[in-house]
Amino acid sequence: MNLKTFSRGGVHPPEHKLSSGLAIEELPLPEVVVIPVSQHLGAPAKVIVDRGDQVKIGQVIAQSEGFVSTNIHSSVSGKVLKVDKFMDSSGYRKMAVQIQVEGEDWEETIDRTDDLVRNTVLKSEAIRKKILEAGIVGLGGATFPTHVKLMVPKGKIAEYLIINGVECEPYLTADHALMMQRTEEVFAGILVLMKGLGVEKAIVGIENNKPDAILKMKQVAKGSKVQVQGLKVKYPQGGEKQLVQALLKREVPSGGLPIDVGVVVFNVGTALAAYDAVNKNRPLIDRVVTVTGKSLEKPSNFLVRIGTPVSYLVEKAGGLPGDTAKVINGGPMMGKALSTLDVPVVKGSSGILLISEAEARRKEVLPCIRCTKCVTVCPMGLEPYLMMSLSEKARYERMESEKVLDCIECGSCSYTCPSSRPLLDYIRLGKAEVGKIMRARKAV
Amino acid sequence: MSQIIIYTIITLVAIGSAAAIILYFVAQKFNVYEDPRIDEVEAVLPAANCGGCGFPGCRNFAETLVKSESWEDLFCPVGGNETMASVATLLGREAIEQAPRVAVIRCNGTPEFRPRFNEYDGAPTCAIAHSLYSGEGGCPHGCLGEGDCVVVCAFDAIHMDPVTDLPVVVDDKCTACGACVDACPRNIIELRKKNKKDRKIYVSCINEEKGAVAKKNCSVACIGCSKCFKVCPYEAITMENNLAFIDSDKCKLCRKCAPECPTDSILELHFPPKKEITEPVEAEVSE
Repeated sequence: MNLKTFSRGGVHPPEHKLSSGLAIEELPLPEVVVIPVSQHLGAPAKVIVDRGDQVKIGQVIAQSEGFVSTNIHSSVSGKVLKVDKFMDSSGYRKMAVQIQVEGEDWEETIDRTDDLVRNTVLKSEAIRKKILEAGIVGLGGATFPTHVKLMVPKGKIAEYLIINGVECEPYLTADHALMMQRTEEVFAGILVLMKGLGVEKAIVGIENNKPDAILKMKQVAKGSKVQVQGLKVKYPQGGEKQLVQALLKREVPSGGLPIDVGVVVFNVGTALAAYDAVNKNRPLIDRVVTVTGKSLEKPSNFLVRIGTPVSYLVEKAGGLPGDTAKVINGGPMMGKALSTLDVPVVKGSSGILLISEAEARRKEVLPCIRCTKCVTVCPMGLEPYLMMSLSEKARYERMESEKVLDCIECGSCSYTCPSSRPLLDYIRLGKAEVGKIMRARKAV
Repeated sequence: MSQIIIYTIITLVAIGSAAAIILYFVAQKFNVYEDPRIDEVEAVLPAANCGGCGFPGCRNFAETLVKSESWEDLFCPVGGNETMASVATLLGREAIEQAPRVAVIRCNGTPEFRPRFNEYDGAPTCAIAHSLYSGEGGCPHGCLGEGDCVVVCAFDAIHMDPVTDLPVVVDDKCTACGACVDACPRNIIELRKKNKKDRKIYVSCINEEKGAVAKKNCSVACIGCSKCFKVCPYEAITMENNLAFIDSDKCKLCRKCAPECPTDSILELHFPPKKEITEPVEAEVSE
């Protein structure tokens, strides 16, 4: 069978899907949760609760500020202990709400039954409003507010909805577990998103290392306008531009978005969240997080409330193994190492990966040997070796003309470099600087 | 045989003269006048091309010096007052004097005072470490110790101390060009007024967090208690965002603030040991 995939670049890191096929396990509530007000791209939400307030599960505790922003809800019921700055996953202190868990007191409007609601009577605008109110963001990791993506800019037409079930990062299995166990709900979520977007056609892209998920999704989608497409395994297929190219052979222009070629892409997790929000009135208060690692006693797919400390997750998965050298927030390719486990799970946390000392060891950085492997694997057609040396020399204007902003930070270049050069680190630095230069230019 | 030589000479002389005449007129036609003083001024400047004056190189600075009406904000920190004086005499103008300055590292987070609880093994530059996380010691403001300031210093005036894991400025070599100030992603480095015998008093911390949080990360952090602010007789100390700042232009080096500091975050350097009975110390101003 000739399976589809994207045409340019890509790598094949070992998969290590240790928690694949495991059931989603709902974790008992922790004692205290810390809910940051900035869990999405865009403006942080504004806190509307005070110290000492009693909050219910699903109550809005911070309100969206501006168009690209979204609401934050309490994931537990209890008393607000503090509204202060707390350590986030980068180790910097950001505004958050700390809540002491007391009982299980849900907001009355939330439909907590297991009844499947397949049909949505709401119109597109009402769906968008509900999604904004429920604080839904892209759960693939970029955390871009979903209601903004559902709003098709003037002059552009959305033709396809693409659902991203690729999960190309090694180790992670959260989306796979969702597609296996919440198939009906995910499918209903796809229908909600199609309606919200006003499109007739949808495609679900799944890599064929998850044949069971492909089969199950195909069964539910039978007879509908949703097509399920298996894809050849290749990293970074989960990047939205790569996925659009793999499924439709349409290339998103440089600096553009998938909507420029008539496509909007959402993660399967986002589809489920949209279903919960629109058909069940349930805001985004929990998510599935893969906790994994080779030395970990019990790799798992946990359903956790937003704000649960990472240390609690690790403890429930069998405790921190003695040989752990690094704890990574996210997958091994794009995730970032944590400096402490005392940070909360946020909307964008897809996985917690524990890496042993032997695996974490870095190889010595050697000079570039001009092998052009990084150029070959770059899925965006950039020249990473050149970007790195430009970044080292602070030649940011040149980086801009080399289209550094097209970099999706997938890390294929760093992964493949035989000299173990930290290409992506320097490119990311250059991207930030170029962004600053461009904003300064706009301001003038 | 001799005929060939004579013809050759005559032809070459003819071509040469014709070309010379053409070139002379072309040069007249396309002549660009450049102020000869620019060359003279450039010769006086230190030729370090460090960018400390804010211009890409000494040549651009020389051009600006010759052309601009006012010399406000024009100063060569490397050459200092001496160089600016000779430029002024060369151009027949009045020099603007500036007190000499020196780079000061405003962080004292050694492993002893700021214990490291994780190890950074990424790309060895402060800029990248800063963009990734808060650092090995957890203080989101303190020195990252990867040495971006050392790399950028064109005068070999900064080196890393392997014991304290902090950069050290050699005052005699520092020209206050400001390259390190720009390179530091945490904005720890400040250009302060140079005093006699390199004496200095400064708050060696830029942490703006609340006292309790700051102290948790680093035992010598400024906790914003305002004790130094209250004791300063010269209004040289200001308090802002839980952080004390000593203005080096107003400070008279009276040394009253340092003993007040409960966390020892005010550093006194290159002073003689204090006498038992404190006499009013005479104001020391740089020459």
